[in-house]
Amino acid sequence: MKNNGTILSVKDLKTYFQTEDGVVKAVDGISFELKKGETLGIVGESGSGKSVTNLSVMRLIPEPPGKIVGGEVDFDGIDVLSLPIDEVRRIRGKRIAMIFQDPMTSLNPYLKISTQLMEVTRLHLGHTKQQAYEHGVKMLETVGIPDARSRMDGYPHELSGGMRQRVMIAMALSCDPELLIADEPTTALDVTIQAQILELIKDLRSRLGTSVILITHDLGVVAGMTDKIVVMYAGHVFEQAPTKELFATSANPYTKGLLRSVPDPAHEQGTELYQIPGLPPDVAHLPPGCPFAERCDRAQDICRTEFPPFVQINEDHHSLCHFAQEVYEESKMTAPTAAARAHK
Amino acid sequence: MLKELSCPKCGAPVTLENERQKLVLCSFCTATSAVDFEDREHPRLTLEESGVIDSVQRIKGASLWGDAWKRLLKNRLAVLGLVVLAVMFFLVTVGPAIFTGITGLTADYIPADGNLLKSFPPSMRHPMGTDEAGRDIFARVLQGGRISLAVGIISTIVSLIVGVSYGAVAGYLGGSIDNVMMRIVDIIYAIPYILVVIVLLSVFGGPNTQVLIQWLPSIIVGIIVGVAAMLAAFWLYRRLFGEMTARNLVERLLRFVVGVLVAVAVFALIGAASYLVGETGIGTSLAERYSDRVNLGLSQIFLLFFALGLVSWLTMARVVRGQILSLKNQEFVLAAKATGVSTFGIIFKHLVPNALGPVIVYSTLTVPSVMLSEAFLSYLGLGVQAPYASWGSLAADGVKNIAIFPWQLIFPGVTMALTLFSLNFLGDGLRDALDPQTRKF
Repeated sequence: MKNNGTILSVKDLKTYFQTEDGVVKAVDGISFELKKGETLGIVGESGSGKSVTNLSVMRLIPEPPGKIVGGEVDFDGIDVLSLPIDEVRRIRGKRIAMIFQDPMTSLNPYLKISTQLMEVTRLHLGHTKQQAYEHGVKMLETVGIPDARSRMDGYPHELSGGMRQRVMIAMALSCDPELLIADEPTTALDVTIQAQILELIKDLRSRLGTSVILITHDLGVVAGMTDKIVVMYAGHVFEQAPTKELFATSANPYTKGLLRSVPDPAHEQGTELYQIPGLPPDVAHLPPGCPFAERCDRAQDICRTEFPPFVQINEDHHSLCHFAQEVYEESKMTAPTAAARAHK
Repeated sequence: MLKELSCPKCGAPVTLENERQKLVLCSFCTATSAVDFEDREHPRLTLEESGVIDSVQRIKGASLWGDAWKRLLKNRLAVLGLVVLAVMFFLVTVGPAIFTGITGLTADYIPADGNLLKSFPPSMRHPMGTDEAGRDIFARVLQGGRISLAVGIISTIVSLIVGVSYGAVAGYLGGSIDNVMMRIVDIIYAIPYILVVIVLLSVFGGPNTQVLIQWLPSIIVGIIVGVAAMLAAFWLYRRLFGEMTARNLVERLLRFVVGVLVAVAVFALIGAASYLVGETGIGTSLAERYSDRVNLGLSQIFLLFFALGLVSWLTMARVVRGQILSLKNQEFVLAAKATGVSTFGIIFKHLVPNALGPVIVYSTLTVPSVMLSEAFLSYLGLGVQAPYASWGSLAADGVKNIAIFPWQLIFPGVTMALTLFSLNFLGDGLRDALDPQTRKF
């Protein structure tokens, strides 16, 4: 094993989409690293490039109109981006597995649960029908589906959303992957089911030692789950830090805005909820300066004209802002309250 | 001290919590059973059997097909159509044999002069009368049904296989491949199929069929060798180059050259195989052997199959392509891709089953339209000819004498109309059952 336990390293990844409106830079120079057994959270608004990043890692970008124009994706020593597609297929589902946002549509409605579960293991582990069936039952039991054996021969529409997401997780974990990418796994589920699914992912991660990338727009989800967080905005990494540090002492105005937008039922009853003003920018026509400048409450002239630098605050903490250091100092002053928030 | 019990449903061992327990839940198959401690010899009754609860509903998985079937059964016209078709199918397949067994009449039996009954009206011996040559019309209608239904069904199967795979591949791959594939469909669409049939029949029909038959073994062997060689070459190519990454120019060039060489080799193999088969004289002897039968008009029927099959897959390809286009961006396709399923697997395992509803509907509607085309061609004298019969050619024979001997037209005509109506009703019923959103009432 090379790279001192790093399972996935993405360097300067660029994925562009050719549209009638011009080139959309959905992901424009993303870098992050994930160590074995770690959980990484990717947070951002809709359209910030979270999903495109991970689809690029899996080489699932529809081409055309999309194209990975630059960068490097290194998965356990394998250069994923220059691999022939046959080889990529051997990695997909076996070594990197993925869970999708909407369990209602990500299972094929016309195929039995068993058919869909068995397909993965027959493909990658060379199971016979019998082996694959038994493995499928075992996997359904692992993800906590009661009466697994009789569920195997059912169809997806007989299951509730939470159950379907469990089936998706069972499918994803069938081949014991080294990396699990969960693309907003709980967005379509209600709160109690959300908690169950997160608990399940957490439990399976610690039991199987799988590394996890958790994509979400819900800061509450990443707080309890992840070791490290990447905050994305308009195709760029805005801040990258260990979870606790990000919540306590953020060095980026955007992250701070996001943190303030989380409703706090204990303190803010009756008061108006904070929201970041304005809308996310049109990624096809980005201004020359900082993409967040229009919405930022501390924007100066330099923010509108010059692209901000990626400032290193300390060893693991980076922030994309002209005033990163100042924001960091500011956060430190109010750290106790912010830390209390993160703890909650 | 508690007795070991086993589940009445699946035989797995179940344990009891205490002596007074009346119900036990099997953890293996989840059947709930009543336990009767008074009578330990016969304790194993399920809830339903013991009548404790009548309303226990076993969760029974209803598949989407099961639901559709239920909806179809509610549609009276469709059920009627299904029944008529079943009866017709039965009559047409085994009917001629039974009828011949009882009366001794076959479709092409012309009695000797003494008993000759030309254009005889319906009677006990001839339920539908006889035609102008004295052949029994009932026997001919049954025999003709075989050919009419066979034309409909075979052409539809051809259109299913070719149309579904062609349309699915075009729709899924999209882009320029889709464009080229669908333009080919458009071009074939533009050729009037009657012209195709006329050309085919005049080139290969009648005495010329010998040529076709003579070449048939060569063509078949050529196709088989070709497909086998291509598969083998593909496999070999993958074995040789599959592990390489095709990054540098030299390697790509090498791949290209090998690909071209392999293609040439495959074509050479096909040619050689076809030539060798031609040299053995199998084709010639076959042609000599079957030429007398061929001249009886059977070849016309096969050419008809071929011509109708050629055009009937086009619309199917378009229907399937449309379906696949709307399905391919669904999340389950992405999920399947993310689990490493190949393009082939995604198209035929994940997408085609989802598109099957419209395909089934369309194919039930293709059968009558192909049958109608066949009848039309036979009526014009291009398709089936005496002594063979199809419903179309029987109608054509009957229409000559319509004023004097109306039964010669009425019986084949009504039989055909009944079948076509049934097929259309069934098709409409299937559309309502498989696609509930488009129901108008």
